[in-house]
Amino acid sequence: MEDKDKKIVSLHLKLMPYLEKYGILLLLVIMILVMHILQPDVFLSWRNVTNVFKQISWQSMLALGVFMVIVTAGIDLSVGSIMMLSLMILAVVAKAGAPWYIVVITPLIAGFLCGLFNGLGITLLRMPHPFIMTLGTLYIFRGTGNLISGGTPISGFTDEVRYLGHGRIDLQWLGLEKSQYLPVSLVLIAIVYIIFWIFLNHSKTGKWIYAIGGNPNAARASGINVNKILVIVYSLCGFLSGIGALILAGRTDSGYPNAGLQSELDAIAACIIGGASFFGGRGTVLGVFAGVMIMGILRNGLNLMDVSSFWQQVLIGSIIVLAVYIDVLRRDLGTRK
Amino acid sequence: MSSTTNPLLEAKGITKYFGTITALENVNLKVHAGECLGVVGDNGAGKSTLMKVLSGLYKPSAGSLFFQGKEEVLESPRDSQNLGLEMVYQDLALAGNLPIGENIFLGREPTKNLGIIKLLDFNKIKELTNAHLDKLKINVKSADQKVEELSGGQRQAVAIARSTAFNAKVVIMDEPTAALAIKEVGKVLDLINSLKKTGVGVIVISHRMDDIFTVCDRVMALFQGTNFAEASLSNTSRDEVIGWIMGKK
Repeated sequence: MEDKDKKIVSLHLKLMPYLEKYGILLLLVIMILVMHILQPDVFLSWRNVTNVFKQISWQSMLALGVFMVIVTAGIDLSVGSIMMLSLMILAVVAKAGAPWYIVVITPLIAGFLCGLFNGLGITLLRMPHPFIMTLGTLYIFRGTGNLISGGTPISGFTDEVRYLGHGRIDLQWLGLEKSQYLPVSLVLIAIVYIIFWIFLNHSKTGKWIYAIGGNPNAARASGINVNKILVIVYSLCGFLSGIGALILAGRTDSGYPNAGLQSELDAIAACIIGGASFFGGRGTVLGVFAGVMIMGILRNGLNLMDVSSFWQQVLIGSIIVLAVYIDVLRRDLGTRK
Repeated sequence: MSSTTNPLLEAKGITKYFGTITALENVNLKVHAGECLGVVGDNGAGKSTLMKVLSGLYKPSAGSLFFQGKEEVLESPRDSQNLGLEMVYQDLALAGNLPIGENIFLGREPTKNLGIIKLLDFNKIKELTNAHLDKLKINVKSADQKVEELSGGQRQAVAIARSTAFNAKVVIMDEPTAALAIKEVGKVLDLINSLKKTGVGVIVISHRMDDIFTVCDRVMALFQGTNFAEASLSNTSRDEVIGWIMGKK
């Protein structure tokens, strides 16, 4: 009996590192299987799968930005508003007749500057918590977006501007049908996530971001300029929100006042489901991707099954609590020695 | 003792104000190569403030620091590290979420070039970490182990390894045994003794007379932010040092 217990414990210890790293992917695979069983004809069809990726495309950018901030034990509540303001600036610039390469670059710069504003506010004004600064800018940025657009939607962009959000990569040369195309936004997600994975795991700055989340005093004592790194992190978060705005402009062909409303909460939810810790220093880019996918698949699958959006809210909320509870249990097992 | 040679590190007339509070007033300190200086004092005597001045974390309001005879102005911990002046903090200043190796090299990670971008060289970090831990005879399962999985003594050992990984000349330790289990204290004290043998100057702040009398060559007492007393270990006793801490000579 004791022997058997020992075996189970040692199995636990062996499995734990893998579970910690890839457990969330397991959850994702299970969800995909369940959805496939429930909707065998539709769910895994080319059309639906590409749909899911198109739907999560801009959220995945916000989630990645918020994730980096959460790794530093911070929070950014303003990403939805940054995206909306960047989108509105894009729309205004596009309507003013600027050439497409200018239009495309404006939301990226706008997003970056919004993030920089957050970062400088948090560090220079010595805000007691990033929650406060970014709660403030949540209102400031959305208000500004409405001020410059007059609070009305602005529609109609050129194909070049819409390419990242709406473009298709034809795969007919592979012998596939015309309807079996690859959305450009999917390729973009892959590229951005890979770049940020390398950045966070293989660069000095990335390592310092994790160190700050683990113990800011240790980082400071190691000669790391913590404030500078924080400004970089919030700026990058804004920049990613700007990419989100560009994708959304392509998808909807319009800048509208409600763009990204409450999407900061979706982004935070995706990070939490993906295993990031609010206390900082923990979480992976792969986990965030899985978190975004889980939320996207849940919404998509429930839509396919005609479940009301009210139930979707209830379910997403439950998944957040459940995912974190599983995490708590897992940590309990992992630390029992 | 090599008190006739020039000190490795010397602080002269260090004064530090926090607003209207005087934390340190005209404090002097010196440590020689291969020597261990014990700094004692009651809570609030100014020990930690003095150490933070020496490590570049605080700028002194007045006074100057001399390293190997040359006056130095420390703007940040990075400056003191560049001189070979390392600090082991009481709260250890380790990031628990990172592995041992990455903690030891935190802020000074070796990199390799991949075209124009610089990537962390994890193999080198591991290699250097293992060699360094071997040199200090520190036993851990693997350099990849996260610091939060280690015992208090192992963490202290990692913190000391961290402070000596870059040819440190002076290592300052704030309460190095305070958080340790009794059986781990001895290992850390052994580690301090082996550091001294390699010619490193060590400053140990401690409340524990056992620590002071095991590893130190000289002891100085701070009282209410000023130099109160100083003696080489052979010329004093535990009772006398305890008296100094309480302000009695």
